[in-house]
Amino acid sequence: MVVQALRDQGVDVVFGYPGGAVLPIYDEVFQQNDIRHILVRHEQGAVHAAEGYARSTGKPGVVLVTSGPGATNAVTGMTDALMDSIPLVVLTGQVPTFMIGTDAFQEADTVGITRPCTKHNWLVSDTKHLSDTLHQAFHVATSGRPGPVLIDIPKDVQFASAEYTPPQKARTHHYQPQVKGDIEGITDLVAAIEKARRPVFYTGGGVINSGPAASQLLRELVEATGIPVTSTLMGLGAYPASGKHWLGMLGMHGLYEANMAMHGCDLMINIGARFDDRITGRLDAFSPDSTKAHIDIDPSSINKVIKTDIPIVGDIAHVLEDVLKVWKSRGRKVNAEAIAKWREKIAEWRRVECLKFTQEGPTIKPQYALERLEALTRGHDRYICTEVGQHQMWAAQYMGFEDPNRWMTSGGLGTMGYGFPASIGVQMAHPEALVINVAGEASWLMNMQEMGTAVQYRLPVKQFILNNERLGMVRQWQELLHGERYSSSWSEALPDFVKLAEAFGAKGILCRDPADLDDAIMEMLDHDGPVIFDCLVEKHENCFPMIPSGEPHNKMLLGEASTKDAIKEGGAVLV
Amino acid sequence: MSALKIKKGSSKHSAYNLRPQFSDVQETHTLAVIVDNEPGVLARVIGLFSGRGYNIDSLTVAEVDHTGHTSRITIVTTGTPQVIEQIKAQLGRIVPVHEVHDLTVEGPSVERELALLKVEGEGDKRVEALRLADIFRANAVDSTHRSFVFEITGAPEKIDAFADLMRPLGLVEMARTGVAAMSRGL
Repeated sequence: MVVQALRDQGVDVVFGYPGGAVLPIYDEVFQQNDIRHILVRHEQGAVHAAEGYARSTGKPGVVLVTSGPGATNAVTGMTDALMDSIPLVVLTGQVPTFMIGTDAFQEADTVGITRPCTKHNWLVSDTKHLSDTLHQAFHVATSGRPGPVLIDIPKDVQFASAEYTPPQKARTHHYQPQVKGDIEGITDLVAAIEKARRPVFYTGGGVINSGPAASQLLRELVEATGIPVTSTLMGLGAYPASGKHWLGMLGMHGLYEANMAMHGCDLMINIGARFDDRITGRLDAFSPDSTKAHIDIDPSSINKVIKTDIPIVGDIAHVLEDVLKVWKSRGRKVNAEAIAKWREKIAEWRRVECLKFTQEGPTIKPQYALERLEALTRGHDRYICTEVGQHQMWAAQYMGFEDPNRWMTSGGLGTMGYGFPASIGVQMAHPEALVINVAGEASWLMNMQEMGTAVQYRLPVKQFILNNERLGMVRQWQELLHGERYSSSWSEALPDFVKLAEAFGAKGILCRDPADLDDAIMEMLDHDGPVIFDCLVEKHENCFPMIPSGEPHNKMLLGEASTKDAIKEGGAVLV
Repeated sequence: MSALKIKKGSSKHSAYNLRPQFSDVQETHTLAVIVDNEPGVLARVIGLFSGRGYNIDSLTVAEVDHTGHTSRITIVTTGTPQVIEQIKAQLGRIVPVHEVHDLTVEGPSVERELALLKVEGEGDKRVEALRLADIFRANAVDSTHRSFVFEITGAPEKIDAFADLMRPLGLVEMARTGVAAMSRGL
């Protein structure tokens, strides 16, 4: 019944790991060919792989794991998906209903443990509710603000039979979030756009979640109004990096021109972003002179940390469509003269060249490695995943994203170990595409067991490891605010990554000389199979620009020279 | 929901359209939350409050519509206007939550609580306790030669006042239900 429901929901891949309490479902999976099961090497990997699948396709990712440790190992991935609004349906086995509460073997209170890290969860206590619950789960995961849901299925419920309810006949759920924006708010926003002298679009992951139409409408609106656009980490690709109104990413490690534009604007139009603390910096000095509009499908995002003047609750694509309609019907007005001046001001900020670096000497600079990777893969049908840390920020800064759903990264939760399994999920969804995981060596080691999965399913994922033998971001913070006391932030006893790759039956490439880099990257791209690329980079490179904790956008650090005493006492307690 | 005599549509507007000034004035609000009566729903609501650091001054819950399987949770909470708005929006986000009503802003409402107070004493104190109970319209629901259990219903302030009066007369134990609330009129 579970397999039937998954099939009817259009599922073609399930990521999972079997165990005693899910054996009946695995038995069903074995006896059919419509749904492919990908055996991961750790349940956390299954959830991240499903996230990569979901993020790169727009469809929900499906996970199947056993009770107890299977479920608890999935907790990190579900929390990650909740923070980044990724639709997942996680199925967990549970001990039989009559044994629940007896501390049975591999029993855990799965719905209790996962209640705060799922959008919703269910314990199915009777087989007759099973198919209905499965259909509802897909509805909840994908509608409104997407998120992970979990269904805990006791083993006796799996064994028993009942009548199957197809999706068309499933009980309609009362959970139906508002998708159309309030026309009053939309009109207010259009009026503000018409008058604005220094407007900026601040876009987020919500644009990507809303679907390809939302990105298309955003592009249309940006081109038509000439308003510059910046994006959060999660929203990269909604507006193309090559677009002429693109400011680059904003936030703690965002571009100078993007953050200065946010600070100096008079109209901020937040589209599907959530004023995260990585974006806002110091709240009382955040964009002090702007009218703030906020379009979000989740009412609780509005006025959560930043007071909004024009709140619009609705789905991005629906709202943008209406904004364009109203704006056009009112005569397509903008304050062109003022915006031209504003663009000049931005061009002035851009001339600071905040991402400038010099590649010299015998060691590869991480920025250079990514610049070359970008240059050599630009034309490819390309998907980029990352782990978490300096390399993640550099990838966001130095790589260009032209389309939505091409960039998979752990933003909200910042989960080291996300990228490798995510790249496996992406490759499963796009077998012919080039999938690269930009990683740090420390993050990568957190889920390195998935190398077995990549090799088993012949998934040619490229693991591009910027190896500085450090926990780079931790090291950077220790340098800036803990008196250069590098407590536990170096990687000792690292494996030989080439031998490691070979041990798994994959290819390993080591590169340490800038002169060899291009050839080595080409070798990686030419190899038809998984590759671990061990790129030895400058060990003490810091990630700039940086807004120090506790500072506003216009107090950015641009390079080494500006770091002395940059973080004040109050800022040191922030994360 | 008409059987519950709750004004329609107010939860949507309170969560979506209010544009609060962020101030640090603490306000106490009474919220009525209509939820599916399903396992774990109370844990979701309580988990939300503890997980996000909101206050619960009082919370009551019971099934109110047996055929519709819905329960009504009444929560009294304290916070700045912005926090109260967040609480309502976050409650609205919980999947089995149907409606969130802020009775404090939706017009006049009645709030009632039931309490049981055990008062131990002899002689004058015992007579005085009985006399005060009469004034407060509290009923003695259990009685021994040395104690009474009084049952009192009323607004929380009335119960506070009664308890304060009973304390010097030998109040030894108290149980309170928490607030049940409903808007006045139709």
